[in-house]
Amino acid sequence: MTGNLQFDAQGRLRHFLTIDGLSRETILEIFTIAESFISVGEREIKKVPLARGKTVVNLFFESSTRTRTTFEIAAKRLSADVINLNVGASSAAKGETLLDTVRNLEAMHTDLFVVRHNQAGAAYLIAAHVPPHVHIINAGDGAHAHPTQAVLDAFTIRRHKGGFENLKVAIVGDILYSRVARSLIRVLDILGVPEVRVIAPRTLLPTAVETLGVRSYTDMGEGLDDADVIVMLRLQRERMRGALIPSEQEYFNLYGLTPGKLECAKPDAIVMHPGPMNRGLEIDSAVADGPQSVILPQVTNGIAVRMAIMALVLGGREPAEGGRPA
Amino acid sequence: MSSPTAVNPNVDIETALAHMAEGLTPLGPRRPAMVGIHTGGVWVARRLHKLLDLEDPLGSLDISFYRDDFTRIGVNPQVKASNLPIDIENRHVILVDDVLHTGRTIRAALNEIFDYGRPASVTLAVLIERSGRELPIEAQVVGAHMKLNKNQHVKLVGPEPLALAVQETGG
Repeated sequence: MTGNLQFDAQGRLRHFLTIDGLSRETILEIFTIAESFISVGEREIKKVPLARGKTVVNLFFESSTRTRTTFEIAAKRLSADVINLNVGASSAAKGETLLDTVRNLEAMHTDLFVVRHNQAGAAYLIAAHVPPHVHIINAGDGAHAHPTQAVLDAFTIRRHKGGFENLKVAIVGDILYSRVARSLIRVLDILGVPEVRVIAPRTLLPTAVETLGVRSYTDMGEGLDDADVIVMLRLQRERMRGALIPSEQEYFNLYGLTPGKLECAKPDAIVMHPGPMNRGLEIDSAVADGPQSVILPQVTNGIAVRMAIMALVLGGREPAEGGRPA
Repeated sequence: MSSPTAVNPNVDIETALAHMAEGLTPLGPRRPAMVGIHTGGVWVARRLHKLLDLEDPLGSLDISFYRDDFTRIGVNPQVKASNLPIDIENRHVILVDDVLHTGRTIRAALNEIFDYGRPASVTLAVLIERSGRELPIEAQVVGAHMKLNKNQHVKLVGPEPLALAVQETGG
């Protein structure tokens, strides 16, 4: 599986499927556009006419509230028409194949599909079979990738830390099943974060995790020491097969982020979580709701970042004549 | 496209700015709110804001999200955030740009302004009014007029000092 599919012949973003293959420049461009959308979200009228007349289908083969909602709001703030399809509950149950579902929706003149699927590679498969004027955004495929979440996390880090040059970022929890972790490690590498750590019990660390360029820790105190950014992951109980954690109480005792463990990090460290949170399992409420938490700003930033990514893939491809005329 | 040739625009910017300030002075008693369009329009607006000694802070608009050519050329990767520090509801707005050419930028700017509120009036003030209109939009206050051919482009360079550059493209 390669990421090349997401670029057109001129190297411009046509689909957004994975962080792999993205340049630092493209990610910074998304940040610049997203910054402007932040200010749009703060206005009385939170819409711009950029994607007026475009049809966006949120094609979710796996349940999600937050991601689907933020994509829906993002598309609506760009003035697109949005349809939400929870396919798990309809066609798939009747035996229709993934591509048949997509072809039917394409025949309804859809311009952009936002796809979430529990199988890795689903968004690629669709992207490989749609005509050039149809765009695909991967909103999470199995345990493989969740690229928009990674970009919004990086955007949140930049907004709170100013840059990436001297940061120590610790990602804590279910690394094994987390598509967020995979995509985030990639994006932080591209942006030049010097030190990324993963902290988890052995059973939740992928084998040879160091090949991703991260340091792994099984002890919270050591892993969080002097960290600037802490990214807590949700324990994905629905993906786990077998007994990977001893008990929830013991997991919380060892890996749950409590005010006490937070003290190992820098005093101005920020705490992030992609949601939805398991309070009392991976994070203590005192931390989730505390002054170092940026979990809710992540949600707000997520809308702006998704607007920027949608605007980038939906935008026209012709070179401007004589620059941008006055 | 051949290489661009520079043409001397023969317009004195200070005189043009003074002329604009004079044209805008009658609006003074209505406490106008001034808004410049990125990037050149903001430079011109800054100068006018000072010349007219306006009390309210200057606003700036980036009309990238309101352009009519998104489906052709996509979103401007250098977009800046619009910033209207004042409530424009029911205010007399002076909209400032550097060059009025096709009128499309002004159309986009008016649409964006109305997403912030309903102004009592909008007055358009431009440093350079040039030929080539594609929409029924005219400026009330003009610093200088220029007659240019289709292949000639005038651009404001700045912000310190402000200067005009006219370039000719082949064709």
